Amino acid sequence: MAQRPTDNIGKYLHNFPGGLKLRHHKALSCCKPLPARYLPLSTEYCIPVSQHLGQPAEVVVSVGQQVKKGQALSTPGKTGNAPGAFVHAPTSGEITAIEKRPVPHPSGLNSLCIVLQPDGKDRWVELEPVDDYRKLDCDELIQRVQAAGIVGLGGAVFPTDIKLQGTSCLINTLILNGVECEPYISCDETLMKQAPGKIIEGALILCHVFKIEKVIIAIEDPMDVCNLELEQSISEFNAGDCVEVIRVPMLYPEGGERQLIQVLSGHEVPAGQLPISLGILVQNVATVAAIRDAVIDGIPLIERLVTVTGAGIREPQNVHARIGTPIADLVDFCGGYTAGIARLVMGGPLMGLGLRNDQLPIIKASNCVLALTHADITSTQPEMPCINCGNCVSVCPAGLLPQTLQTVIRAENFEALESLNLDACIECGCCDYVCPSHIPLVDYFRYGKGEQRAQAKEKQESDIARLRFERREQRLEKQQAERLARHQRRKRALAGSSSKKDSVAAAIARAKARKQVLAANQPDTNSETGKGENS
Amino acid sequence: MNFSRGFNNMGSPHLPPENTVGKIMLQVLLALLPGIAAMTWFFGAGILIQIALSVLFAVSLEWAMLKLHGKPVRLFLSDYSAVITAILFALCIPPLAPWWISLIGMIAAIVVAKHLYGGLGQNVFNPAMVAYVVVLIAFPLELTRWLPPRGLAEAELLPGLLQSLQTIFSGHLPVNLSWDAITQATPLDLLKDGVEQNRMISEIRRAPVFGNYGGRGWEWIANFYALGGIWLIWRRVISWHIPVAIIASVIILTLPAWLYDPSSNPIPLEHIFSGALVLGAFFIATDPVTGCASRRGKLIFGLGVALLTLTIRLWGGYPDGVAFAVLLMNMFAPLIDRYTRPRAYGKPR
Ligand code: SF4
Ligand code: SF4
Repeated sequence: MAQRPTDNIGKYLHNFPGGLKLRHHKALSCCKPLPARYLPLSTEYCIPVSQHLGQPAEVVVSVGQQVKKGQALSTPGKTGNAPGAFVHAPTSGEITAIEKRPVPHPSGLNSLCIVLQPDGKDRWVELEPVDDYRKLDCDELIQRVQAAGIVGLGGAVFPTDIKLQGTSCLINTLILNGVECEPYISCDETLMKQAPGKIIEGALILCHVFKIEKVIIAIEDPMDVCNLELEQSISEFNAGDCVEVIRVPMLYPEGGERQLIQVLSGHEVPAGQLPISLGILVQNVATVAAIRDAVIDGIPLIERLVTVTGAGIREPQNVHARIGTPIADLVDFCGGYTAGIARLVMGGPLMGLGLRNDQLPIIKASNCVLALTHADITSTQPEMPCINCGNCVSVCPAGLLPQTLQTVIRAENFEALESLNLDACIECGCCDYVCPSHIPLVDYFRYGKGEQRAQAKEKQESDIARLRFERREQRLEKQQAERLARHQRRKRALAGSSSKKDSVAAAIARAKARKQVLAANQPDTNSETGKGENS
Repeated sequence: MNFSRGFNNMGSPHLPPENTVGKIMLQVLLALLPGIAAMTWFFGAGILIQIALSVLFAVSLEWAMLKLHGKPVRLFLSDYSAVITAILFALCIPPLAPWWISLIGMIAAIVVAKHLYGGLGQNVFNPAMVAYVVVLIAFPLELTRWLPPRGLAEAELLPGLLQSLQTIFSGHLPVNLSWDAITQATPLDLLKDGVEQNRMISEIRRAPVFGNYGGRGWEWIANFYALGGIWLIWRRVISWHIPVAIIASVIILTLPAWLYDPSSNPIPLEHIFSGALVLGAFFIATDPVTGCASRRGKLIFGLGVALLTLTIRLWGGYPDGVAFAVLLMNMFAPLIDRYTRPRAYGKPR
């Protein structure tokens, strides 16, 4: 049998190119206290209907309606290219508004939100626990995961059910990603310490349903304490023969799905493909714990662990926060801001999203609320010209040439971006961080990607326009041919006598017309673009 | 305290880089100090005067050019790149060269090689080496007046600080000295002439300017440059690729000839420890702006510098070829970078 890429996975660790050793800053918030505390009820929750922007979602409640905790508020909708997920009521209460509000999203645009005023009773809807997950099959599990609104909790918020759907039975290795490589964030580590059993059980469920042979829990080297807890829990579940904890060296951005796969297996996920092509499924540890809650207890995803940290926060810690809680409430719970606060970030310092204010809600993607001070963010030097030092090249985990990309984007030469593989950039910020000229490289790359997308769209639109034009031409031609044929017929009828010559001419004309009609009906085979009908 | 007021929500990353161009250049300056000290010890205060002069000219010219182009003067002066250019140039010219040599050199470096090409980051050629080559070609006589290193009998005649100043500014030696009495061919000069006259290496090396493995004094200066260079590598200011590629290539390229006939080919160490090779390997060829950015590119760049240096040393018209080699490779750097692009993640090998 041919060697599978996953056969030796985890046996030895491999390297990925580049990467950064960063100061961790995790002790600030990690496990203070353990277990993490729950946030008290807020006065209002604002739940964005979609975690992505722009895809249609169907709101299934109306203003004034009383809802219970865990009740579905919106469904993903039936159409649309961007995948969506269910959202649920974080507590019981009344829907007071369904309107567009500011949400934490890079576009800065407002998005449809469901506003909920709690009644303070926190009453659950009727939950549907499963007594034995071994009776579930693939479809039932996926359906449960979907109904619970579970998305990737590492920050990517890709709907988990869709990720699982593509999986079917091609997977032999499950990697649980517990590598929180970004500084400051410690919610996954806290979860692994306070509820390792949930993670292991969740992994066992996936193993059972998808016939996965091997589970690797990847954690960062310094997390040795949670190693103990995980091992203990593995032996409690008697899962020692298929679940293994592997510590990977601390190097940013090792927690990236593709980088982690490279470190564990030595293989790269081919460009344009998913990890499934290697037989690997990667899930964040928190996602797996949420799957466990959804399957065994029937609890939908209405809260998550959030790290509230940074020098701008008085008492950094991890908290259990419900989706939709205003960020300001988390900050207040953690003692408020310190005097030097200058920037508020959702996520880590390297890939997080800068927020305009703290009235935005916690969403499923919010793993961290980071408050940075002036001292943290103030640059010691303005932007200078690139000195071609190559630092950016040597740290780039995607093997790109950031300095060349930057020049090309500056020159607005967007066509060259494809051959420079800008699409492989994961926006990890490594290059930016080591640039002695303080060039905002990632900003350039985001801009370049935007332009690339815009150009692709433009091209698509012009293709469609051309296709339309060609169709119209063909239609006109066809009409003309029909007219001609009619004309011939009439002429023949008028002539009365059917001389042989006439009938031959008519036959030729008929054949010609038929051919033209045929050609007109098959625009794809002879249209210059070669594009299919669906473009 | 409630922060509903706006934050500055710039894009990620939210940590500014730790390093700055100025910090990098400052460390390069520091790393040069041991070599400068050694140089001064062996060749006298003239070295320091040349450095002071070149730095003065370079900074004034840089200031003028920045003003002219309307660029922020303080920001760009504090990147120290002009200072480094000046020092590298000053270390290459003879200690008692007249003052206008460094003026002309710095005009070539700062005005022509740097600012006419667009300023920091835009120049194609290493400014210090452009300057050196310009004065070397234009004033060959002044550029060959090297002094005897300390430790030789003639070195007793070396002028002191005041006399050096006088010589540099007037162009004439004090009355009791003559150029013939004190100038001294460098070991590379002797080696080149000797080999051309078919003399044995051991015979050539009997001249007092030779030391244990390189030139007398030169070998120690090279050691101190290497010390600074290794410190730079350790501090990750420069990567190891270029210096290692140059030195390793020189050894590999000269070893077979030496093994084949040690009597007429110098030992590889001789090549490394004479002339500007170590200085070049750690401080000149590693100039980021005019070099290669990718690791493989750097290795090839280093190999090229070594190859060209040796070619010029053995068959060219000049005893040392580091400057020419670096300038030639500067031309190839963009090409090398083009062909040594790293493979992007997930793309086919
Ligand atoms: S942000 Fe993009 S270009 Fe920069 S290091 Fe990360 S992957 Fe490479
Ligand atoms: S790190 Fe900055 S200065 Fe250095 S090559 Fe990259 S973009 Fe240029």
